[in-house]
Amino acid sequence: MHSKTTRHALMSAPAFYRAAAGGAMALGLAATSTAQANDPIKVGILHSLSGTMAISETSLRDVALMTIEHINEQGGLLGRELEPVVMDPGSDWPTYAEQAREMLERERVDIIFGSWTSVSREAVLPVLEELNGLMFYPVQYEGEESSRNIFYTGAAPNQQTIPAVEYLMSDVGGGAERFYLVGTDYVFPRTTNRIVRAFLNDQGIPDEDIEEVYTPFGHGDFQTIVDDIGSFAQGGPTAVINTVNGDANVAFYQELANQGIDPIDVPVMATSVGEEELRGMDTGPLTGHLAAWNYFMSINTPENDKFTERWMDYVEDKGLSGGSDRVTNDPMEATHMGIRIWAQAVKQAGTTDVDAVRQAVYGQCVDSPSGFEVCMDEENHHLHKPVIIGEIQPDGQFAPVWETDDVVRAEPWSQYLEGSKNKVANWRYPYVCGDCEEPNHDLGF
Amino acid sequence: MWNGTRLRTWTLPCALLVLLCGADAAADTAVEQAEERAEALGGDPEGAIEEELAVVEERDLASDTVEILNRLATDDLGTIQDAIGEIAVLRDADALPTLLALQDRRLYYTEGGTLIIEDARDRSLREAATGEVREDLKTAELSQPRLTNPIRRLLRPTIGALQIFSDDQVARRAAANELAQRPQPEMREAIVEALEGETNAEIERLLNIALAQLDLDSDDDARRLEAVKTVATVRAGRLRSDLAALTRRDADGEYIEPVAEIRAAAAEGVRAIDNRRRLARIASDFVFGMSMGSVLLLAAMGLAIIFGLMGVINMAHGELLMVGAYTTFMTQALFALWLPQHFNYYLVAAVPLAFLVTGAVGIAMERGVIRFLYDRPLETLLATWGISLILIQSVRWLFGAQNVGVASPTWFSGSVQIMQGVTLSTSRVGVIAFAIFVVALVWILMNRTRLGLEVRAVMQNRDMAAALGVPARRVDMWTFGVGAGVAGLGGVALSQIVNVGPEMGQNYIVDSFMVVVLGGVGNLLGPVFSALGIGVTTKFLEPATGAVLATILVFAAIILFIQWRPQGIFAPKGRSADD
Repeated sequence: MHSKTTRHALMSAPAFYRAAAGGAMALGLAATSTAQANDPIKVGILHSLSGTMAISETSLRDVALMTIEHINEQGGLLGRELEPVVMDPGSDWPTYAEQAREMLERERVDIIFGSWTSVSREAVLPVLEELNGLMFYPVQYEGEESSRNIFYTGAAPNQQTIPAVEYLMSDVGGGAERFYLVGTDYVFPRTTNRIVRAFLNDQGIPDEDIEEVYTPFGHGDFQTIVDDIGSFAQGGPTAVINTVNGDANVAFYQELANQGIDPIDVPVMATSVGEEELRGMDTGPLTGHLAAWNYFMSINTPENDKFTERWMDYVEDKGLSGGSDRVTNDPMEATHMGIRIWAQAVKQAGTTDVDAVRQAVYGQCVDSPSGFEVCMDEENHHLHKPVIIGEIQPDGQFAPVWETDDVVRAEPWSQYLEGSKNKVANWRYPYVCGDCEEPNHDLGF
Repeated sequence: MWNGTRLRTWTLPCALLVLLCGADAAADTAVEQAEERAEALGGDPEGAIEEELAVVEERDLASDTVEILNRLATDDLGTIQDAIGEIAVLRDADALPTLLALQDRRLYYTEGGTLIIEDARDRSLREAATGEVREDLKTAELSQPRLTNPIRRLLRPTIGALQIFSDDQVARRAAANELAQRPQPEMREAIVEALEGETNAEIERLLNIALAQLDLDSDDDARRLEAVKTVATVRAGRLRSDLAALTRRDADGEYIEPVAEIRAAAAEGVRAIDNRRRLARIASDFVFGMSMGSVLLLAAMGLAIIFGLMGVINMAHGELLMVGAYTTFMTQALFALWLPQHFNYYLVAAVPLAFLVTGAVGIAMERGVIRFLYDRPLETLLATWGISLILIQSVRWLFGAQNVGVASPTWFSGSVQIMQGVTLSTSRVGVIAFAIFVVALVWILMNRTRLGLEVRAVMQNRDMAAALGVPARRVDMWTFGVGAGVAGLGGVALSQIVNVGPEMGQNYIVDSFMVVVLGGVGNLLGPVFSALGIGVTTKFLEPATGAVLATILVFAAIILFIQWRPQGIFAPKGRSADD
């Protein structure tokens, strides 16, 4: 507690200096701050509502609006309403950057919640750093990145994929000795698989027992790949790590069932298949395959009951499409927690100023629907999260079969990769961020 | 007359729109009902037997069975595995309801360690040992035994070992199959005993395979030899490592298997498996290639008419496929709503409906836009692209941006084993058959009907045909309509194997043009050969290069081929080739 206050005082320093820096600028700031007293706090929501990513991201927009509405019902923040500013980048990565700029420069939002794919996050990142904006990114990702302007509320690889592989290798998970890595051909699967391979090598599994295969986006014909998995599995206990993204998973799992790949012989561990993706899929043949996340809708905790209940009520109230079929999933939980953490930080900081809020976010904790108290790390902008392995059930839900005893601290830089094992991500002043660059906006000193 | 035509042109899309709007609200519940319906219909005899066994009745279990079963009330992997192993030795069929409940995650236990089964039918909670109903308990407050894949691996053959003495032949067969897949040493006695009383040849064969796998470790040389020979006859890849182990030497250079004859038999078995696998590999590449080719063909067939015969660069072709797929979805929803008892046949009704609906959309496109743009390819390209965007957005507006679930009828799900190691899903077999049907349909339409004759006449020489009294403009309209309708049929096929969503057509536009251009513009046989050729080539390349590179290589090869032979595989001959 003591350290928190010191840090807080220290951290608002740059904001103070900047305010005092130039007369005209100070006047400008003063003008805005008086206006701010009654103005709503603008919250940017940057998720694709059309195009390929709409399937996944629309729910995040909905859950963000729900959480904002809930905060407003309780009187808003600092006596001000929250006003959502929703934009639709249409699954086009450069548009994410454009709209983030528009949000920060024209709409003057105080915070952005958004993005799903890594490429979209990477598109927004330079804009955030240039304009000193702040974004909460709610999706599990490949790590190997650290920015002072992003808080990552999804899992880093050591909070998802690595424990998943450890589980598969353990007795209780089936003792896999051979690994078939199949993914969509883009940055997340490739980086994740690079880390997985390094980890497996580290565990004494040679390269000839690891097969890595990629498919184009939206691949619909998995016949050859599944046939190959069947042959590969003949060499010993095999598990599949599935980093295929989006609706191509439907074709993949259907083909697994067609060719009789049984989860009890060859379990498929998915990193991007959640409740939302299973919705509208015939889950019968998938039963018994696995997924690793930090949250499942089926988790039985009072916090989760509250969360899912509020969500179902919200869906019904607003008449959202899908109705009672709608589900919650991990990125939705992460969005929900991100907004709550940010709101708590704003309350603590007493302002929406980005630099002050960022400092206040450090160490914020919420009771997460996963049943754990989840806290923002004091240094690396990632959440400490539990890891849960779930088994796909015929009703499209997951039955948790294994979970970590406690929350796991994120390692944004993987300790298994040569280039990054010595890097640190520490955004406490003075910043240490491996060999990544200092923030390039004017800090004011 | 003029007014009449105009009215007719507009009423069709309007009526369609109204229909779609009205049905949209019903769609969600309709799909649910459809799914329930499909589930109810899908009740196979095997499932019925399991359900029968899953019934928890008030009964007395033998005390040692109860004692072992009670050990399942834990989270510990080893304890559960040991308990299941002991049940396999004990062979008390009364343990089956508890084991099935464990398998289906219907088994719970209280803090005191009492096993509780959730009844599969009425969800009531009963004590496993006595069958007594416990209304005071709630599943949310109970714990569940750990159930992960290693436990299932043991549980399934154990259930098999208990069911192998069932009176029902289907249940026995399923049980024997489980035992043949993963026999455990504990089950030897059960297998031997079952073999003595078994009369069915297939079940006997399966049991012999199971026993042979256990006998591979036998101390008796003769039995081991017999076992190796039996296992070798199965030629299943999963047994290869067992046989291969017998041919290896240990660290000191000594053979692990001392008897040379057994080693030779094992080596022979490994060779047979390898040969079979090589053959299966080639066969599967070919079969998968035909399957992929038939999908491409169905996707491209409509374009072969619109672009191939008429020369209209139709960028909205993918969206016509999408309209066909959504028509299938709507048919499914309507069937679930009004004809749930015939739900399994909705696909049959979807075929003509998709043809008509997509054909109507095509005619509307032709009348509304394209007829003003003949001979202006660039404008056609832009206009049809615009139409494609309009169609995507309309569908998104009507049905939402999410994919919609098109359930395959039960007779269309499952898979067909073509040979050992080569399976093709039934839906893909159906797509191959459907592709043949569509090609035949188009051929008959073009060569055996008056419309086909007029189409060919207009396409070969428009002025001459017009001079001879063929209404060229109207033929244009009908040709476009038929082309669109055929694209709709492609959409029906696609709905069974890929996701149905507003953007689904985008994935097929490039492939479709590729097939038509490669096949040769202006004939219908070309696309057949080019689609199957692309499919088979891609699938033969894929194992070596991966899916991404295989696609690139095939595209590159097509580009080179077109450079060398711009007219495609089949060039139009005769006078029509002049222009």
